[in-house]
Amino acid sequence: MDAFTTHTGIAAPLTRSAVDTDQIIPAVYLKRVTKTGFDDALFANWRQDPEFVLNQPAYAGASILVAGPDFGTGSSREHAVWALRDYGFRVVLSPKFADIFRGNAGKQGLVTGVVSESDIEALWAAIEADPGIEMTVDLTDRTVRVGDLSLTFDIDDYTRWRLLEGLDDIGLTLRNEEKIAQFEARREAWRPRTQPVR
Amino acid sequence: MTASIPDRPRTLAEKLWDDHLVVKGENGEPDLIYIDLHLVHEVTSPQAFDGLRAEGRPVRRLDLTIATEDHNTPTLDIDKPIADLTSRTQIETLRRNAEEFGVRLHSLGDKEQGIVHVVGPQLGLTMPGITVVCGDSHTSTHGAFGSMAFGIGTSEVEHVLATQTLPLKPFKTMAITVEGELKPGVTAKDIILAIIAKIGANGGQGYVLEFRGSAIRSLSMEGRMTMCNMSIEAGARAGMVAPDETTFAYVKGRPHAPTGQDWDDAVAYWRTLPSDEGAVYDAEVFLDANELEPFVTWGTNPGQGVSLSDTVPDPASFADPNERAAAERALEYMDLAAGTPLKDVTVDAVFMGSCTNSRIEDLRAFASIIEGRRKAENVRVMVVPGSARVRLEAEAEGLDKVFTDFGAEWRFAGCSMCLGMNPDQLAPGERCASTSNRNFEGRQGKGGRTHLVSPLVAAATAVLGRLASPSDLPVTERVEA
Repeated sequence: MDAFTTHTGIAAPLTRSAVDTDQIIPAVYLKRVTKTGFDDALFANWRQDPEFVLNQPAYAGASILVAGPDFGTGSSREHAVWALRDYGFRVVLSPKFADIFRGNAGKQGLVTGVVSESDIEALWAAIEADPGIEMTVDLTDRTVRVGDLSLTFDIDDYTRWRLLEGLDDIGLTLRNEEKIAQFEARREAWRPRTQPVR
Repeated sequence: MTASIPDRPRTLAEKLWDDHLVVKGENGEPDLIYIDLHLVHEVTSPQAFDGLRAEGRPVRRLDLTIATEDHNTPTLDIDKPIADLTSRTQIETLRRNAEEFGVRLHSLGDKEQGIVHVVGPQLGLTMPGITVVCGDSHTSTHGAFGSMAFGIGTSEVEHVLATQTLPLKPFKTMAITVEGELKPGVTAKDIILAIIAKIGANGGQGYVLEFRGSAIRSLSMEGRMTMCNMSIEAGARAGMVAPDETTFAYVKGRPHAPTGQDWDDAVAYWRTLPSDEGAVYDAEVFLDANELEPFVTWGTNPGQGVSLSDTVPDPASFADPNERAAAERALEYMDLAAGTPLKDVTVDAVFMGSCTNSRIEDLRAFASIIEGRRKAENVRVMVVPGSARVRLEAEAEGLDKVFTDFGAEWRFAGCSMCLGMNPDQLAPGERCASTSNRNFEGRQGKGGRTHLVSPLVAAATAVLGRLASPSDLPVTERVEA
């Protein structure tokens, strides 16, 4: 995972609440066996509408998505994060994220910044007053800047640290290999075994 | 198993957490939690196996890992090659990965194949007191046994394959107490739909829900699984029910259930799991079971539901501007007008299946209503068992004959029209009464419209061709088959 410190790019307003993972990437696009190449699948159904925000020329190449509350609800599909990343998004801002989505994003270097509902509306107003305006998201001091507006966002300390350092979770866990082995030695005999097949 | 168990009353969720703690996180780091059972399917695993291969890592515990094919599998012509090339590639990729890494796999055609959340409990692998994960949000189903079970993303699937652990922050706990006795025709599905409508599709965010109270205690394991399955539809990571005699009786004797001394040890431990008297939850919700009626969703998130005898709500009646806007969008997508009685809404399809409601008890409930009747002309009815074993069981009881005499299609096991990754999809604009779990836009096929219901409501709807409960069916309509 690449480290993330600060990012400047075009911000797109997605003025909807409860954007679920079936909207971010419909199930028919989940059949691929690769981890990349999902850019065409992002918001596939909505993108068929010429009026959809990402179809507007001003937001071409957008890399920061500013969305309503409850972003990423529903399925555990990490494909939702891959589709956002492959399309070019580095950051999603929302007043509230679904738990599994937020976890998945943190593992793929996609920043999920929590911004209050009134601040999201202020950001939407700033973007819509000047479509295509660039926004800067700084993870070191957790700030969002666009035009004259400067706001702070929330992200948990541990995820922030991992993103800043670009650290891989499996590597971190395997530092505790000995403790895992000790735990396994204590597990009771009644716990389920899938193999050998009975 | 941990050295330091806190000296205070604990909830079921806290006990499970403490007993799976490998490393306690310091300074804001997450805890490292051990995973007892990892369920794998074809959609969320290919990239995880790729990751292992790239790093030269093996699967740490093949004996705690099991795979099945479900999301993509066809429910007709299962002996022929899968027609959809990308689906076939994904299935073949799982088969190659399972073989290369040594993971036990139940493939299409195998008698243990089926939806991963039906297969685990049926084999007796799901039991109280364990942690269960799967790259699927409906893993919450397994919490019905008094286990800690939750869905994970593909990076986490790789993490569990490599380490058999997950770094996790403790969840908050929410007690949902349902007291009273359900009226005839009201089921676990109606309870959970009513709970989600009450707390909202995001009301459980960050929480593990513990369902408790007399109405929950009197539910079968199938009913408890239906409830825990849909915990994620309230935004919760997991749902759980404390284990009791109903749980032990269900597990006992299954292929992977403990036996002999192991069984006695297990039950002795399982009896210690229910939340202690005086344990404190972060939130509490109460529901009166006596007042509940059959429930149905009218919108495009599972929280947008009402009693079946109600009307489609007016968006203007929502105080919250986000909810109001969501309701307006939902009514437009669903092509419904505010004020319309739900029972006047005609449907094109009825889907009886999914990890929410496809177990033998669900099929029996559906059959009990349709037996001796014919489906409405305007409705296509699909019955999809949750597993190959459920299909065999249903056929042994003669239920397949009840379904086909009624005019329904009797299919092979899989996720099917719950999410339409296989050919089982709604056409644009089609309306479906579905026993599944999600009514999102396009979930059952692009432009498809979903009303979530119980198996009993699905059956009555299939008879009348419009949303209905069994009590709406005239007794005289039943004819000799």
